[in-house]
Amino acid sequence: MRFALIGQPNCGKSTLFNQVAGYKAETGNFSGTTVTFIESKVRVAGEIIELVDLPGTYTLAGTNPAERETLRYLASHQVDVIINVVDATHLTQGLGLTLELVELQRPLVIALNMLDDASRLGMKIDLEKLGTIFSAPVLPLVASKGRGVRNLFISALQMGKSHKIPIRPRYSLDVEEAVQSLVSIVVSLNGKDASLAPELVAIKLLEGDETLPTSLDQGSTQLAALLSTIQQKLEDGRGQRSEWVISSERHGMAANLARQVMEQGERRVNWRDRLDDVLLHPLWGYLFLIAILLLFFETIYGLGSALEAPLLRFFSILELQLVQFVGSGSLVSEVLTGILQGIAGGVAIVLPYLLPFLLGLGFLEDVGYLPRVAFLMDALMHRMGLHGKAVVPFILGYGCNVPAVMSTRMLEERRDRFLAAALATLVPCAARLAVVFGLVAFYLGPRLALGIYLFNLFIIALTGRIISRLLPEDSPGLILEIPVYRLPTLKNITYKAWFRAREFIVEAWPILVMGSVVLALLNYFRISLFFNILIRPVTWSLGLPEQVGVPLFFGILRKELSLIMLRQALGASDFSTVLTPVQMMTFTVFVVFYVPCLATLAVLKRELGWRDMLSIASLTVLIALLAALVARVIGLLVTSV
Amino acid sequence: MQLLRVESGKWVRIVGIGGGKGLEYKLRQLGLLPGDCTRVLRQAPLGGPLLVEVGGRTIAVGRRIAEQIEVEDVECVSL
Repeated sequence: MRFALIGQPNCGKSTLFNQVAGYKAETGNFSGTTVTFIESKVRVAGEIIELVDLPGTYTLAGTNPAERETLRYLASHQVDVIINVVDATHLTQGLGLTLELVELQRPLVIALNMLDDASRLGMKIDLEKLGTIFSAPVLPLVASKGRGVRNLFISALQMGKSHKIPIRPRYSLDVEEAVQSLVSIVVSLNGKDASLAPELVAIKLLEGDETLPTSLDQGSTQLAALLSTIQQKLEDGRGQRSEWVISSERHGMAANLARQVMEQGERRVNWRDRLDDVLLHPLWGYLFLIAILLLFFETIYGLGSALEAPLLRFFSILELQLVQFVGSGSLVSEVLTGILQGIAGGVAIVLPYLLPFLLGLGFLEDVGYLPRVAFLMDALMHRMGLHGKAVVPFILGYGCNVPAVMSTRMLEERRDRFLAAALATLVPCAARLAVVFGLVAFYLGPRLALGIYLFNLFIIALTGRIISRLLPEDSPGLILEIPVYRLPTLKNITYKAWFRAREFIVEAWPILVMGSVVLALLNYFRISLFFNILIRPVTWSLGLPEQVGVPLFFGILRKELSLIMLRQALGASDFSTVLTPVQMMTFTVFVVFYVPCLATLAVLKRELGWRDMLSIASLTVLIALLAALVARVIGLLVTSV
Repeated sequence: MQLLRVESGKWVRIVGIGGGKGLEYKLRQLGLLPGDCTRVLRQAPLGGPLLVEVGGRTIAVGRRIAEQIEVEDVECVSL
């Protein structure tokens, strides 16, 4: 049996999913965290259930690729029970989608989530009454605390076994007539075994939905003729575009239903309601934004460098002992040293910065601060040819470029998706953070590391401006729901950080170790000379030692690898003995900008296609060269004074 | 009157949405429909977006979008 979680953005679907499936879906207090479906097997009362978490959508007829995923999934997969997660604090809005879901005519369970918040806001909701209206079970849920989860799934299981179909509340007479006159032709064209209920298809056709995943739209001229007659009739009767008739009706019905089942008592005002007076203030808002980001940066640096130094010392002692034990110069000793250096790089250089970063990012995401950043930064983003919604890919990019590129699906226009993806790949991800902190901050001080981040922002803004001149903007601007602040749970933040750190440990770390071994072999057999000569034009123009060629080349696999291999390539564990400060800066700036790692290239290809992937990749090399040259010139000027 | 020109905190009723079908579709999705009551909560500086309350929710809309939302100054009580 298969259950599908469907709900509006930020209603807590993924939180519920993670509660039952273990942490597998990304969550955050802003819309559009889930952009594709995630499936998992779960056990309910001894039965194995396939549970799928679908991207949040305001309506089944979404306008961006992430939202359209839901209807496409429903049309192409057998779903036995729909679990409709509704944010109880926004009942009217949530019921709008519920009304669409009952049109699917499949077993349905409604989960009223965040009931604790709703009662704080003084809302009393009559769950039983709501259940009677739809003839579907309505269950209380506080997904973040795991309350009500068990009952919800048991109820869903019962619905799946009994195949009880919910009642579809009727529209006004003229609309119902229009629907019925379309249903027969839809059935005759689609056949009885169609996956979507014919009434739903008829309603979606009346709504003018062009994304309907059926063969209907290209098909019959007969249907097109009938549809336009019916639409015209509806339009004449209402004096309103036929597309809007149904959405207005549904909106009115939802408001009516909410009035019937909800009593609004006195709401208690608390910190959440006052916080925006400061954090979105025209002056204080920006000062707090800067302060929050600085604090974030300082914390990562403080914790990371406190750990890096002793860990590095520990591993260099270990390495010395290893060399003493197996002797130096032999193939075995080179390979063993390579393995040790790969392990050391992960433990001493990457994890100390990665873990505090992931914990901090998780906190900012869950508390609901990111959409506020979108609000504050919208004016600035416009200057880069994007609107504030594109801030989300940017901020996710600091964690990892892969989810950042995927999250561009929540943008409506293809041009915006291309631009946001191109700029997001320039954002220094956690892997590059390790290079910036492990090299520049550690040896040259945190101020220069911060300088690299600011320089990076400047280059991204400049690139955005240039690209947006070439691709003129046509999107009208920002439309984004700003969620209420939520107090994150420690459990969710740590799980989330672990979920992302595990990705590094199981996927990236083996690559780092292998990369170190490969480099040891390349050095031993003197093949590295070949790579170094190949990349010499780049290293020469940037004033870097020839041996840096191999680390730069292999950095395409994983950005941390550049730094780990650099230690080996230069044959020193203390960079300050082999690189000048200017060289460290130039190297780091180049690594920060040039070609995103393989995983990012793969996701770029999937989201945008080969052509765009290649143009973004070559663009980043060009930008990296220019930016590193600028860094070198500035560095030389400063040090010569 | 455009929503953009309404002073902060004042409740008004939406009467129409300009700027083409796509924009109206998007706004309707988010629950901003003609007939609804709305008010501007605050504005971001430097030509930034407006924070708008509708149906108990808070939505950020760019200024060019707020220009397209036609409102009338009538007594309006939101749910």
